[in-house]
Amino acid sequence: MNLYGVKAIYKFEMARMKRTVMQSVLAPVISTSLYFVVFGSAIGSRMGDIGDVSYGAYIIPGLVMLSLLMQSISNASFGIYMPKFSGTIYEVLSAPVSYAEIVMGYVGAAATKSVILGLIILATAKLFVDYDVLHPFWMISFLVLTAITFSLFGFIIGIWADGFEKLQIVPMMIVTPLVFLGGTFYSIDMLPEVWQTISLFNPVVYLISGFRWAFYGVSDVHVGISVGMTLFFLTVCMATVSWIFKTGYRLRS
Amino acid sequence: MQPDISVKHLNKSYQGGFQALKDVNLDIYSGEIFALLGPNGAGKTTLISIICGIVNKTDGEVKAAGYDIVRNYRQAREAIGLVPQELHTDSFEKVWDAVSFSRGLFGKPPKPEHIEKVLKDLSLWDKRNNRIMSLSGGMKRRVMIAKALSHEPRILFLDEPTAGVDVELRRDMWEMVRKLRENGTTIILTTHYIEEAEEMADRIGVIREGKIILVEEKNQLMSKLGKKELRLHLQQKLDKVPGELTLEPVELSDDGYQLIYTFDAQEQQAGVARLLRTLGDLGIEYRDLQTRESSLEEIFVGLVHD
Repeated sequence: MNLYGVKAIYKFEMARMKRTVMQSVLAPVISTSLYFVVFGSAIGSRMGDIGDVSYGAYIIPGLVMLSLLMQSISNASFGIYMPKFSGTIYEVLSAPVSYAEIVMGYVGAAATKSVILGLIILATAKLFVDYDVLHPFWMISFLVLTAITFSLFGFIIGIWADGFEKLQIVPMMIVTPLVFLGGTFYSIDMLPEVWQTISLFNPVVYLISGFRWAFYGVSDVHVGISVGMTLFFLTVCMATVSWIFKTGYRLRS
Repeated sequence: MQPDISVKHLNKSYQGGFQALKDVNLDIYSGEIFALLGPNGAGKTTLISIICGIVNKTDGEVKAAGYDIVRNYRQAREAIGLVPQELHTDSFEKVWDAVSFSRGLFGKPPKPEHIEKVLKDLSLWDKRNNRIMSLSGGMKRRVMIAKALSHEPRILFLDEPTAGVDVELRRDMWEMVRKLRENGTTIILTTHYIEEAEEMADRIGVIREGKIILVEEKNQLMSKLGKKELRLHLQQKLDKVPGELTLEPVELSDDGYQLIYTFDAQEQQAGVARLLRTLGDLGIEYRDLQTRESSLEEIFVGLVHD
């Protein structure tokens, strides 16, 4: 195993985060803070509690998930897309690193960044709303698993994308709607029955529901299903990545 | 002796059917400088890219440092340093970080003194804390060489190393290549500048339309395929080549003041002596004579345009 190689890629990617701290940390923190101010404090004070949880606190897990998904995807997709775009990928392809090691480096760094960001947002939320974490172990587990899963997803997008537009289109056009419709701002129970059923096809529902359970012990779907679905997505992404490397798709001609 | 690079029956077809390499067989030995010549699109870069692991082969067998490049890719790739043709560099990284990154990527523990030496050898030491994007094209090329040397490879590929490079850097690079060879590094270079191959290479391979058409010691190639030419500057103008000389390949220049005699470099000077004797017999006087050997460039042009 080429640990020095994994470390080199990981360090390279983490250095990129330090250079782009405004874009990759500050921007999501500010935009999430705006949600807290508008939905949590301003509008939230006029909304009733959901279950036993105040509305301001109720939306925290969903908002953290929103940033986590968006940043995982954009970090990981950009991380692998840029070397492809600039041509520096030749070095990684000619290096004695295995596929798994390349993924560990790139995806590991992207997931680390997302987890750090998620924790920063959670800390920021404390400034606006009071909340508790009922199951800290599960909270961290969901955070880490989701970060890894969606960093893998972003890695796949970065390899598939052959232009900057494609790089943006999946997070903007697919992930954002799924998160907004995935119960960030409401409980699925509040929807008409048809939409409840439709929502169950939205993978993000399971992520947010499970994550919220870790905070407050309430969930839209059983937490076991949430864990199962998260692991299922993780497996799908890993299978896709290994297919990509096996076939050399868009990497080796 | 086991070759450092061994290519057997290598074929490469790209998607869409273009066959870039056709049954390529090539052995490159430890410590030699091997120049791969060929016109644009002949398959030089494809061949290098396959050996280095950037492009997948279609079939055939390739070994580097004795290891199969697919089955034992780690050992094979660890032995290789690659300087690609295009200038692919990161922009925001600092020179030192970029070169250290390469060393790590190739699985070597940090060794700052080696990085320092490489940077100093390539006159990059003063620039070590500069971002790569602030460097000139020539400096970026040096950075790419430094990256390739960062992990102390025993085989170095230089794909068109001196394309678009100024005279000074080209001299530096030749110097560096010689030093590396003295330390036992095997060097494979492709180049458009045939003078470069002529000056540096021990052996030369010529590739055309995906086939290796010739592999030869440089000196043998030059003497085997090289032509010699003798020019006689005449005192008096001639209208045509005298009949007594037509047995030999002798031509008259357009102005009628020069006789040009071409002969194989291998052939001994018997022809020259005979020619001069005949001229003496005919009373044709000359005031000067020159001999010239054809350059590798002429040999090369002759080979690829057959």
